[in-house]
Amino acid sequence: MITLRVNGQEHTTSADPSLPLLWFLRDELNLTGTKFGCGEALCGACTVHIDGEAVRSCGIVLSDVSGKSVVTIEGLDAHGDHPVQKAWRAVNVPQCGYCQAGQIMQASALLAKNPKPSDSEIDEAMSGNICRCGCYQRIHTAVRLAATGV
Amino acid sequence: MIFVPRKEFTHKIENVSRRGLLKGLGIGGGLVVMARLMPSGALAADMHEKYDTGATGMPHGTVNDPHVFIAIAPNGTVTIVAARAEMGTGAARTSLPMIIAEELDADWSRVKIVQGPGDEPRYGNQDTDGSRSVRHFLQPMRQCGAAMRLMLEMAAAKHWGVDVSQVHASNHEIVNAANGKKLGYGDVAAAASAMPMPAVDKLTFKDPANYRYIGKGNVSIVDLHDITVGKAHYGGDHRLPGQVFAVIARPPVTGGKLVSFDATEAKKVPGVIKVMEAQGWQPPGTKFAPLGGVAVIAKSTGAAIKGRDALKIVWDDGPNKDFDSVAYRTQLEDAVKAPGEVVRNEGDVDAAFKSAAKVVTRDYYTAAFVHTPMEPPVALAHVAGGKAEIWAPVQSPWGTREDIAKLLDLPVDKVRVNTMLLGGGFGRKSKCDYAQEAALLSKALGVPVQVQWTREDDVRHSFNHGENAQRIEAAVDANNKVVGWRHRSAAPSILSTFKKGVDHQFAIEVSMGLVDVPFAIPNIRCETGAAVAHSRIGWFRSVRNIPHGFAIQSFVAEMAHELGKDPKDMLLELIGPPRIVDPRTQIAKDMFWDYGEPWDSYPIDAGRLRGVAELAAEKAGWGKTLPPGHGMGIAAHRSFVTYVATVVQVAVDDKGNITVPQVDYAIDCGFHVNPERIMSQCEGGSVMGMTLAKYSAITFKNGRVQQGNFDDYQMLRINESPKVTNVHIVPATYDVHASGVGEPPIPPFAPALCNAIFAATGKRVRNLPIADQLKT
Repeated sequence: MITLRVNGQEHTTSADPSLPLLWFLRDELNLTGTKFGCGEALCGACTVHIDGEAVRSCGIVLSDVSGKSVVTIEGLDAHGDHPVQKAWRAVNVPQCGYCQAGQIMQASALLAKNPKPSDSEIDEAMSGNICRCGCYQRIHTAVRLAATGV
Repeated sequence: MIFVPRKEFTHKIENVSRRGLLKGLGIGGGLVVMARLMPSGALAADMHEKYDTGATGMPHGTVNDPHVFIAIAPNGTVTIVAARAEMGTGAARTSLPMIIAEELDADWSRVKIVQGPGDEPRYGNQDTDGSRSVRHFLQPMRQCGAAMRLMLEMAAAKHWGVDVSQVHASNHEIVNAANGKKLGYGDVAAAASAMPMPAVDKLTFKDPANYRYIGKGNVSIVDLHDITVGKAHYGGDHRLPGQVFAVIARPPVTGGKLVSFDATEAKKVPGVIKVMEAQGWQPPGTKFAPLGGVAVIAKSTGAAIKGRDALKIVWDDGPNKDFDSVAYRTQLEDAVKAPGEVVRNEGDVDAAFKSAAKVVTRDYYTAAFVHTPMEPPVALAHVAGGKAEIWAPVQSPWGTREDIAKLLDLPVDKVRVNTMLLGGGFGRKSKCDYAQEAALLSKALGVPVQVQWTREDDVRHSFNHGENAQRIEAAVDANNKVVGWRHRSAAPSILSTFKKGVDHQFAIEVSMGLVDVPFAIPNIRCETGAAVAHSRIGWFRSVRNIPHGFAIQSFVAEMAHELGKDPKDMLLELIGPPRIVDPRTQIAKDMFWDYGEPWDSYPIDAGRLRGVAELAAEKAGWGKTLPPGHGMGIAAHRSFVTYVATVVQVAVDDKGNITVPQVDYAIDCGFHVNPERIMSQCEGGSVMGMTLAKYSAITFKNGRVQQGNFDDYQMLRINESPKVTNVHIVPATYDVHASGVGEPPIPPFAPALCNAIFAATGKRVRNLPIADQLKT
């Protein structure tokens, strides 16, 4: 049995300890805001916070998160009004939107550590998150906006 | 992007019952009152005489009946149906409903959008492809909104006992001009339902000067909030009681099939429920049929993937087992060295070359590539009790419904296809093989089954954008004028996915940048070379325009260098003076396709192509002094009846690394509805264009795709993306027909980039992707 917290709620599960966290979130808890993009921690679509750090949930298994606190896009802010979420809306960032939960989780983890990142620090921190629609210009703008206050 | 069986004019107005409408809108309960009026037959034909588009040639045409698309609740909430698939352009769920809201004079903050299922007889064509959504539905959606507005006005006039001319709708209210009294839309919605449907000649349209949404760019995409909080529902996000999760091991070589499998180890994986053969069909000519293989069914996708990894499978690799991209390239390149099938012939090309003072010959090659939408193919199916229901991200919900009905041998009315948000499409999700896989498994198991493709599945079993070899030759006279043009193109055809025995490109492909070259050259010949497909070939955002645009626009800059001219001046010289270019009589029989549009509405307009080239150049500061190692390149291309020019500024360092500080797009897409989304399409086109140019190559060895995930099939990332992409939209009034936006930003990017690289370094890139070609 593995116990972990997800968005503040404790879960004890008998699921396979080697199951990637992504599939536990999506298929066991029905938290479908976290997206599958590559399964190899190459694209960032499945990014969640584990004890405050941005982590690819496809690349970490349940036994690794035993006793830890996981936050998904659904739990980032009770009202969906995290500064990064607000900035994303102010800039009208998404096209298809599929990668954006991962982008937002990555950006919010960056700003928690580095509230005033430089342009190159933004690009470096966000370079693990692929957007096939190509919203990078607006992603960059939104991160900067979130850092400077919406 | 394509595949349009041409049909008779099927413009359809339906009499939809209230019950039917509620059901169609997906709204239950008694909250919604709607007009239930007999539509006048006059509404249909009239409009098409005034605004002729290729919509009439699409299956099920368009529908302009407000009953089908609009419902107004007593509290005033206006519900609008989005019937086409939303894959990120914003067209389906934002721009088209916005057109209705504009003509209805509704307050956008009181508008709700619901997604219609696959049902073309009700909604008109739903094949979200070919950059057609706004192009084909602008006019019908205007009519919808205007008709609904007039019915509300008629109801209010009746309420006040005045003539309808004394009332007018304004921002969700009907105003009585005589006394200034007002009624909300919700107040008169029920009475409006008793009004007769106005004929089209009674409709009035808003003066564009009074537009509040169209052309303003002030409306956010409908799903914006949900996307930012993780509540937007994509293809894999629907859940049903008892649902199981599946992945499939497909034949590694196209055309291969299963011989045997050993599931002993797979069944030991916790969570695996069952391992079974998945039915399949071997291309070519199998359309969107599943490839078959071995399915692993589990309690989670993660368990299914682990189970699949543990399978031992013996495959018969079939006829493509030796397919090799290196050898294939040689074959295609040889094909364009010799005369091919002539698809356009103008003037006397042989004489022009014979008498030329100079002949310039260049060869170009572009690799195969695939779409890799961030959401890999995925579908949920529930087949039981003689019915099938699908939840899937599909570009063609009705086409999917028809394919599923045929596959399961069910009447089409026993199949429902729920269009989920698409996590990107780019043409991949026009092909519903993944939904068919889910349907077959659900039928076999009797429970809801979700089939998830992994990224490796997506990269290795896609419908590829095929390789393309090209040779362009120009004959130059003694005055340094290009007087002869010979262009050969060899690529495996999309048609091979639909029938066997195909070995040349067909009309749709040659009309994407080959035979429609709009240059003012008196002698032009275009030919296709033989190319047999060894994988499934499909269409990718902007299709053959990518390689054809790359070769032609690169060649223009090469000619500029050869003749000592400025590349922009050379481009304008070849485009020639503003005029309509009509090559139709010179093109081989049945080989021309103007994106399915009537020629008179969408001719090839050299003036508009010049216009975007000049605009992009001006905005980019063409000709200005750049820092050392920097260069500027230009390209202009018409596709999907839209004109786009791109100027790329590049910096190349001494190791051959490229960065792009600035891109300028100029786009002339006629009348535009949502400039904010036109900009986002160009911004994204810049990124996807650079990915294609820099990285994209799918290669085969021993019949197998050598790439698998984003480590060896790379996408551009934010740190290497163009820093700034500026978008300049050519203003247009309503009489310039709206054209396409989703695809046209792609083709000019790669040649503009490569022309910029040449300007910066003197190195000419003729093969895509660039990969390591510039590395020193």
